[in-house]
Amino acid sequence: MSINVSFTLNGEAVSAHVASRTLLVEMIRERFGRTGTHVGCDTSQCGACVIHVDGRSVKSCTMLAAQADGTEIVTIEGVAKNGQLHPMQEAFREHHGLQCGFCTPGMIMSALDLVKQNPDPSEKEIREWLEGNLCRCTGYHNIVRAIKAGADSMRVG
Amino acid sequence: MTENGFGAAVRRKEDHRFITGLGQFVDDINRPHQLYAQIIRSPIAHGKINKVDVDAAIAMSGVVAVFTGADMAADGVGGIPCGWGITSKDGSPMVEPGHPPLAAECVRYVGDQVAVVLAETRAIARDAAELVDVDYAELPSVANLESASADGAPLVWDDAKGNICFDWEIGDKSATDAAFAGADQVVTIDIVNNRLIANAIEPRAAIGDYDAGKDEYTLYTTSQNPHVIRMLMGAFVLSIPEHKLRVIAPDVGGGFGSKICHYAEEAIVTWASRKVNRPVKWTADRSESFISDAHGRDHVSHAELAMSKDGDFLGLRVSTRANLGAYLSTFGPAVPTILYATLLAGSYKTPAIHAEVKAMFTHTVPVDSYRGAGRPEASYLLERLVDKAAKQTGIDPIELRRRNFIQPEDFPYQTPVALEYDTGDYDAAVVKAIELADYANFDQRREESAARGKLRGVGISTYIEACGIAPSNVAGALGARAGLYEVGTVRVNPTGSVTVLTGSHSHGQGHETTFAQLVVEALGVDFDNVDIVHGDTGKVPFGMGTYGSRSAAVGGVALMNALEKIRTKAKKIAAHLLEASEDDIEFKDGQLSVAGTDRSVAFGDVAMAAYVPHNYPLETLEPGLEETAFYDPKNFTFPAGCHICEVEVDPDTGVVQVVRFTAGDDFGRIINPMIVDGQVHGGVTQGIGQALYEQCVYDDSGQLLTGSMMDYCLPKADNVPNFAVTTNVTPCTHNVLGVKGCGEAGAIGSPSAVINAVLNALSDYNVDDLQMPATSERVWQAMQGNG
Ligand code: FES
Ligand code: FES
Repeated sequence: MSINVSFTLNGEAVSAHVASRTLLVEMIRERFGRTGTHVGCDTSQCGACVIHVDGRSVKSCTMLAAQADGTEIVTIEGVAKNGQLHPMQEAFREHHGLQCGFCTPGMIMSALDLVKQNPDPSEKEIREWLEGNLCRCTGYHNIVRAIKAGADSMRVG
Repeated sequence: MTENGFGAAVRRKEDHRFITGLGQFVDDINRPHQLYAQIIRSPIAHGKINKVDVDAAIAMSGVVAVFTGADMAADGVGGIPCGWGITSKDGSPMVEPGHPPLAAECVRYVGDQVAVVLAETRAIARDAAELVDVDYAELPSVANLESASADGAPLVWDDAKGNICFDWEIGDKSATDAAFAGADQVVTIDIVNNRLIANAIEPRAAIGDYDAGKDEYTLYTTSQNPHVIRMLMGAFVLSIPEHKLRVIAPDVGGGFGSKICHYAEEAIVTWASRKVNRPVKWTADRSESFISDAHGRDHVSHAELAMSKDGDFLGLRVSTRANLGAYLSTFGPAVPTILYATLLAGSYKTPAIHAEVKAMFTHTVPVDSYRGAGRPEASYLLERLVDKAAKQTGIDPIELRRRNFIQPEDFPYQTPVALEYDTGDYDAAVVKAIELADYANFDQRREESAARGKLRGVGISTYIEACGIAPSNVAGALGARAGLYEVGTVRVNPTGSVTVLTGSHSHGQGHETTFAQLVVEALGVDFDNVDIVHGDTGKVPFGMGTYGSRSAAVGGVALMNALEKIRTKAKKIAAHLLEASEDDIEFKDGQLSVAGTDRSVAFGDVAMAAYVPHNYPLETLEPGLEETAFYDPKNFTFPAGCHICEVEVDPDTGVVQVVRFTAGDDFGRIINPMIVDGQVHGGVTQGIGQALYEQCVYDDSGQLLTGSMMDYCLPKADNVPNFAVTTNVTPCTHNVLGVKGCGEAGAIGSPSAVINAVLNALSDYNVDDLQMPATSERVWQAMQGNG
């Protein structure tokens, strides 16, 4: 069985005809070619697939494409505006918050939701928030620093 | 220091594409008209394949083909080769069984490949795979070292009696026996080095793309070493000559050793692409990664240390059994031998060492390199043993180590286990680490923890590792079946921008930045005018890839040598342009000038002259400005250091939390300290993972119980502290950069520091021994006297 899904993707109205069992992450990657959202597991643990649905961070491997109908979706590709990096992206670069870069889109999307809810998170709050995001490269040290710095410049900016 | 040159904490070139979602990982690549492959894997640990019924799968709409081991065998496909041969102590070669990419007769571990479905979509391929009916006659199996070693144990391979692949030794047995005979005291320890799964966050993937028009193959794969894959797969498995096979490893999401190996899936998609004349893509699910990525570690060892009454180390005796899994993976046999037992001297002047290693087959996933590969096992064993010796003798653990350190004046130092260390200053690293860790005030912190009801402990380790693998002739004599040099090409383009082609591969290490820093330093060009190309056999002349912390020490030096050739040629061209003698030309900050004059020419103009040679010494010099260097290292490099860990143990639950971690390392000279620190953070976290959280568990029937991220515990952000990292520099003496390598040190030095700290925290509980991972349950049981 297949279904029609219409939603906003990074500010653009889009729609697709997909098999009803299609996962949201599959639709984003394969139908819309936005491959910055990654798949790192099949048990909803790694967080490489985190995107924003209606402003909240969501694991796109754990939602059906059908559930995206009528929503507003932002992926990592939609975070920089007019060629200008978002302060959180800048902070990841500045503080070496990434190595292989595979977990990074999910980390940034997750961090943005944290800062939205808690504009000045402590180190402990950041570490706890990242419960659903795994990184095998960085040992988290620089990710935590980056998120803190990103939050700081978002408050200023 | 040149801005953006050697030693600067330059922000990374590669980051922009990753933070904007524009990286190109293998699964991000799609080829026109591609099919999707789903592998059918054995659900049992050991069995004979009676029949593979593919009819129902083929009949499904959208399925293009189903292939079995018989199809590959009929096509003359060869076995997956092993890249390292080990000889047993009786002179016999290791048992080296065949390893077909798709098993045709027998399966030997849960996850062994049996057949492949090719279909129009991933979903159809997956559904069709369910319809492939394999009839197995299940056979008895051995899932771990203990059951594989038992009398009358089922055999993984008939010609490997007792499941022994090889029985190897190193060192002087009689000298070691004599040292024990003359010893005042002996300390013994039994160590299990827990089996681990690398779990790079990017699952493996591969796309085979056959071009019938040119009879050429392209393989896109998640590899740390594309040229090695081309060599192994082309020459041994599919019989495709190099000029007809291109291997591309684009952005790769972490490797940690697990992406060194040549895997069956690479050969399957490449071969299948020709069979169906369409591109074939395979991407592992994480559950598939667990049962198909090479696992790491898995040693069981007994060790004894002979000492004088003053605590001088006199002799070390080690006996290890190592699990190789069901088949020999690419570097599998080298890990528990050449990369392990040669490191058993550690940083100590132990005069006599003897180690024997029995490598065994079991019905489990093949075991190969995982960050550190052999060296963490050696370091862990030694540093646990030394701490136990400290406890037994009543000598302070730091003092005991210092007493036995190889001293700066002892270098070059020949160990009793084959290696010659070129340089080091082990005490200097200890001094730095102790200071940074505020070791002196530990007691105060222990009291603060006690006031909160927590048991605090401190643990130390001092490690050494051998990396920058390796002088090819030495490696060859030790069993390597390939050379281990590296290759760098510097292409100066006509306008003076620079393209570097390197045989090293970055999957997180940041070579696009650090290698560009070397170019900036040597040629004075703008950082933004340098591009580093890697991971494509169609572009890069050759290379052995990235593992064993070898990229800077081997790949970086190859690049430096190529840069030196460019400098030499540029000076010749400049001498012509400036009508001066070549000897008078100085090359600095991107300008070539005649010494003592104000006459100079910019490097960019030299490049232009090389490509538009109107005014050029054509009689003596070729046009163009491109040079290649192959560099074969003279020795291994020997990073070393001191790690200090503090933990808090909750006495009610046994939960261990690492609360402070300090690393004082000697990596030689450092190209980019920001990147080096990051490597240490990541390595230490993997070491903490091994010490406290990670454990690959098979049940007795060979089913993998830790087969998902729900069951296999990877360290999360709140499991680790902020790290304090410092370095002490003794430059490597035998490469021009003075670099040693930093990628694995964190994982090598940290596990013993963590466990030593946990044991220290439990010092009131009479706990002598604790195996990794020190889970809350294990710790709590040990505290109840059930260790
Ligand atoms: S892919 Fe791992 S949580 Fe979504
Ligand atoms: S940067 Fe590699 S997994 Fe996080």
